[in-house]
Amino acid sequence: MAKNIKLNKAPNEVKKRGMWSELWHNYKKNPSAMLGLVVIGIIIILAIWAQFAYDYDTDIVEQHIKERFQEPNAEHLLGTDQYGRDMLTRILYGAKYSLSVGIVSMAIACTVGSTLGLIAGYYGGWVENIILRTCEVFVGIPTILLGVAIMTAFGQSLGVLMWAIGLVYVPLFARTARAAVLPVRSEEYIEAARMAGVSDMGIIFKHILPNSLSPIIVRTTMGVASGILSASSLSFLGMGVPVPAPEWGAMLSNGREFIRDHSYLTLFPGLAIMITVLAFNLVGDGLRDALDPKLKRKG
Amino acid sequence: MIRYIAKRVLMMIPVLLAVSFVVYFLMDLAPGDLVDSMNTMDMTPEQIEELRKQYGLDGNVFERYIRYIGNLIKGDLGFSHTMNMPVFDAFMQRFPATLKLALASIAVALLIAIPLGIAAATHHRSLIDGVSMVGGLLGLSMPNFWVGLLLILLFSSKLGWLPSTGSDTWLHLIMPAITVGTSQAGTLTRITRSSMLDVIRADYLRTARAKGVPEKQVIRKHALKNALIPIITVFGSTLGNALGGAVTTETIFAWPGVGRLTVNAVNSRDMALATGCIILFTVFLNISILLVDIAYAFVDPRIKAQYSK
Repeated sequence: MAKNIKLNKAPNEVKKRGMWSELWHNYKKNPSAMLGLVVIGIIIILAIWAQFAYDYDTDIVEQHIKERFQEPNAEHLLGTDQYGRDMLTRILYGAKYSLSVGIVSMAIACTVGSTLGLIAGYYGGWVENIILRTCEVFVGIPTILLGVAIMTAFGQSLGVLMWAIGLVYVPLFARTARAAVLPVRSEEYIEAARMAGVSDMGIIFKHILPNSLSPIIVRTTMGVASGILSASSLSFLGMGVPVPAPEWGAMLSNGREFIRDHSYLTLFPGLAIMITVLAFNLVGDGLRDALDPKLKRKG
Repeated sequence: MIRYIAKRVLMMIPVLLAVSFVVYFLMDLAPGDLVDSMNTMDMTPEQIEELRKQYGLDGNVFERYIRYIGNLIKGDLGFSHTMNMPVFDAFMQRFPATLKLALASIAVALLIAIPLGIAAATHHRSLIDGVSMVGGLLGLSMPNFWVGLLLILLFSSKLGWLPSTGSDTWLHLIMPAITVGTSQAGTLTRITRSSMLDVIRADYLRTARAKGVPEKQVIRKHALKNALIPIITVFGSTLGNALGGAVTTETIFAWPGVGRLTVNAVNSRDMALATGCIILFTVFLNISILLVDIAYAFVDPRIKAQYSK
């Protein structure tokens, strides 16, 4: 009797798991993906903490010329820059720029791009043609130059930077979403929904979207990583977040002048960018494996 | 095949026109034009307007754009006041350096990615596989301008082996090429590895082994040839990234290419030069991607077949 209960219970338990808990179940088995998630968590907590712990005017931008160019020491763990500002404080405070640009720009790209892609894939015909041709135009311009053009047109600010990076990545999401819709759109359950009188938008967002979500989720996570890199490249070129804000790319650009004598000024901001981007890439890889067990063997 | 090429070229024309319009329009939105940057203190508004007409800055953005494109076809993109020469000439003068850097960096990327990707796939879950995965991920995650600075720090500041700026000798090319190349190598290694892993499990490989083909030949002839297809597919975007990556890299190494020219033009508000550079850069990129695609269609019989009817 006891045996029977066990046998009956096991399959039920498996069934009970929804999409998200199934995802988590697969995801948490992957140590490097978990490491990425933990690192992102720590960076977010530190970034929020820094907003409360430090004052922008006195701790971040105020100059202390007497303390300039101090090599890393007990008082200034990562040293000070040419204005005597503490590097560790600025890097911690600066996390918010990279994180917010990466996350907000991908939210923009994902929302706009996926919607366009879903509509293109669902309707087909001339709608699809117009959307895909428009995407082609924006894909044609190298990412960084399109970014430069947008920043020049609308002026440098954090908000413009978010939109610039977001728009640059829209075509990528449109293509991903469209490709994900194509195999789903002729499925019988879509036909059934249409017969039952569900509206086009209802079908797209309730029936098609959840079934083509995996590639979009993976693309978004990896997108945050490349968005952070693009944003820091633009700031490095002096076209991102305006100085004296401690954006990591801008800090790197600032330290470049002193690379021969004070290399730590370029070392640490770059390390901060790399760790953050790496963490998002690890999570992206982990999500891809967790969402698509077929791909798992590729690691 | 000719039909395929003709179709691709015809499809590219409206895209390129739209690209140039988007860039022109965006750069046009930027505050201030050439006349604003001149000394017009003692001129009447009529005289200023006359000056605008003289430089072709009158009319709305569509009128100006049509004039601009008309001139572009003739090779005239206006005059750069910072370079003191026609925009087209300034671009063409710098373009060979960017092309040289892009080709060298792609060579670096391929030399790292293809052998590493193959070794990782053929020795799945071994040490070399781990190294390639971690290396690939790092290549993807390091900002390439940072890689460039680290190279300068190591090879010119500390060791003094390589010159950090300029482009006079081939020694100058090494660090910029590695900088751009490593960031491309990250993606390429990952794609080579996964594409090889797919092929290695294919039935036709088992058949090849079963009929006694030596393992080296199985990998080289049967596996690699098929695995190359997805690798070539991303080659177009690699080219784009290599050219785009050149923008930051050229700035770091004072490499006299169009990337640095563009950035300098934007920073000194030389809008005619900036607009011209971005448009020409994009046109050249699209033409080279098209050439890669056509070459690729020659290689892949499946694409050839689609258009041979």
